[in-house]
Amino acid sequence: MALTTAPGPTRRGNGSVRPRANRGAGRNRHGEGLAGYVFLSPWLLGLMAVTAIPMLLSLYLSFTNYDILTPLSEVEWVGLANYERMFTSDPSYWHAVQVTLKFALIAVPLKLAAALGVALLLNRAWRGVGLFRSLFYLPSLLGGSVALAIVWVNMFNRDGAFNSFLALVGIEGKPWVNDPEWALQTLMVLAIWQFGAPMVIFLAGLKQVPTELYEAASVDGASKFSQFWNVTLPMLSPVIFFNLVLETINGFQGFTAAFVLSNGTGGPVDSTLMYTLNLYISGFTNLEMGYASAMAWVFLLAIALITVIFFSTGRFWVHYSDGER
Amino acid sequence: MVAVTSTVARRGNRKPGGGRQAVRLAILIAIVAVVLYPLIWMIGTSFKSQAEIVNNIGLLPEEFTPGNYTDGWTNFDFSFGRFFLNSAMVSLLTVVGNAISCLLAAYAFARLKFRFRGMWFAVMIGTLLLPGHVLIIPQYILFRSLGLVGGDWPYLPLLIPQFLATEAFFVFLMVQFMRGIPRELDEAAKIDGASSFGIFRHVILPLSRPALVTTAIFSFIWTWNDFFRQLVFLSDLKDYTVPVALTLFIDSTSASAVGPMFAMSVLSLLPVFLFFLAFQRMLVEGINTSGLKG
Repeated sequence: MALTTAPGPTRRGNGSVRPRANRGAGRNRHGEGLAGYVFLSPWLLGLMAVTAIPMLLSLYLSFTNYDILTPLSEVEWVGLANYERMFTSDPSYWHAVQVTLKFALIAVPLKLAAALGVALLLNRAWRGVGLFRSLFYLPSLLGGSVALAIVWVNMFNRDGAFNSFLALVGIEGKPWVNDPEWALQTLMVLAIWQFGAPMVIFLAGLKQVPTELYEAASVDGASKFSQFWNVTLPMLSPVIFFNLVLETINGFQGFTAAFVLSNGTGGPVDSTLMYTLNLYISGFTNLEMGYASAMAWVFLLAIALITVIFFSTGRFWVHYSDGER
Repeated sequence: MVAVTSTVARRGNRKPGGGRQAVRLAILIAIVAVVLYPLIWMIGTSFKSQAEIVNNIGLLPEEFTPGNYTDGWTNFDFSFGRFFLNSAMVSLLTVVGNAISCLLAAYAFARLKFRFRGMWFAVMIGTLLLPGHVLIIPQYILFRSLGLVGGDWPYLPLLIPQFLATEAFFVFLMVQFMRGIPRELDEAAKIDGASSFGIFRHVILPLSRPALVTTAIFSFIWTWNDFFRQLVFLSDLKDYTVPVALTLFIDSTSASAVGPMFAMSVLSLLPVFLFFLAFQRMLVEGINTSGLKG
């Protein structure tokens, strides 16, 4: 229903705009205003058809028991039942929330620490910076793919490269990816391995720190550590903030590697059941699309809340040198 | 420019800090080794025979076995050639769609005055942080009710959003880039009688080439690597793209599939790797400009 009615009014709306009249009259003001909307029209159409309407539809569906098999017109309104089930009677939902939080809280800080550490090393190097920078960046380009997830799972399997490395040191390994205690950790290592993208951003930020600040600090007798703590970190805080927001949001959305490791189940024993994987299973394996829509909305609100928290606490520790804020 | 002067300045300090530099270099090389190890192991394993995959813990195969590649290529009812063509088609059309639609939207945001521009721009920035996973279920329902999922040409649900500038990241990147194009050029063209369309065609479009190239490279790589949307929207083996086809190897859990699976994984990363070799500077700098000016 929504589909057949939606394009009608918008098309009529566009059609009734008076392009001819405007073009004749005020060529500058009105002409440019119209041109603005002409250039913007693909984006506007996309915003409506691919973003806004689907979002509203999913909000509506989150209050229904919709499965893909019954027609949209016959869905049953169930009120807050989906949300109730999520928060009170679905242990796997809470499990997925915990897995996702654990993943983001551990992997994101370690990834950013690795990125900053390597960026600091590279910033002082006087040769081969470009080459190193590119090599470190390569995993960020490849790491999100199915192919690399496959490699990763095999690397941490019984006969994988990680265990042969451990064997060299005399430690007997195990099939890490099949162990509920360790499977998620292998995915964290995969995320940390892709430290190159935030590193590149850190490196560019470090280049912006004026060298006079370090000179002044060393004239005052500040130690290297004190220079790092009092000059580098504050000057870099906008970039740290940017990376933190971006990587946290990305961290919450990890899907591909968890899917590949568990063959789409979230196993072993739900240990890699990331939020998005759980959502996929509910919607496309169990076909409980109403329930999955409710999950999607809670996810959206959680991400929005986290972003708001970041931005409101950022005021206290992000230092803008040009006096903004 | 900054990079050049700072390296020159540092080169002068080389002598006093020589020992420390050597330590730094050693640490960096050690990190490179750790970072590249999985990739080299992947390539090595893809050339190992079945027996060697289990027994040879070394990085390289003792006996070079290219058979994994031919076995993997024809492992399923359709050859990987088909999956590669499907992936290439989806990725290239995504590049075209993103380049055109994002450029149009960016020009409106960066240069034209119209009512509610500020509001629309804020909405666009808002969609930048919108997780794609939230939209996938209603999009699936909508495209399915239009008969586009599993239809005659099942790629439409993957491509339609790309032709409607829904990748806000690229719109934002291009807006940022266009803001750097001197407005005097627009003014001059306007005095010569050019309309908004004329300015777009003759001033902005040619000068936006670097931003277009960055957009093209990133949207190709991201689409080539993308899995979630392709998994959801493609249901017929003949329509599968490379990432979806690769997951079929996981289903067949027999250990004999490891060699062919690795061989196809290597092949699937090859286009991205070639892009990396050709455009590494641009990729790294693209991350910078898009990241930092924000």
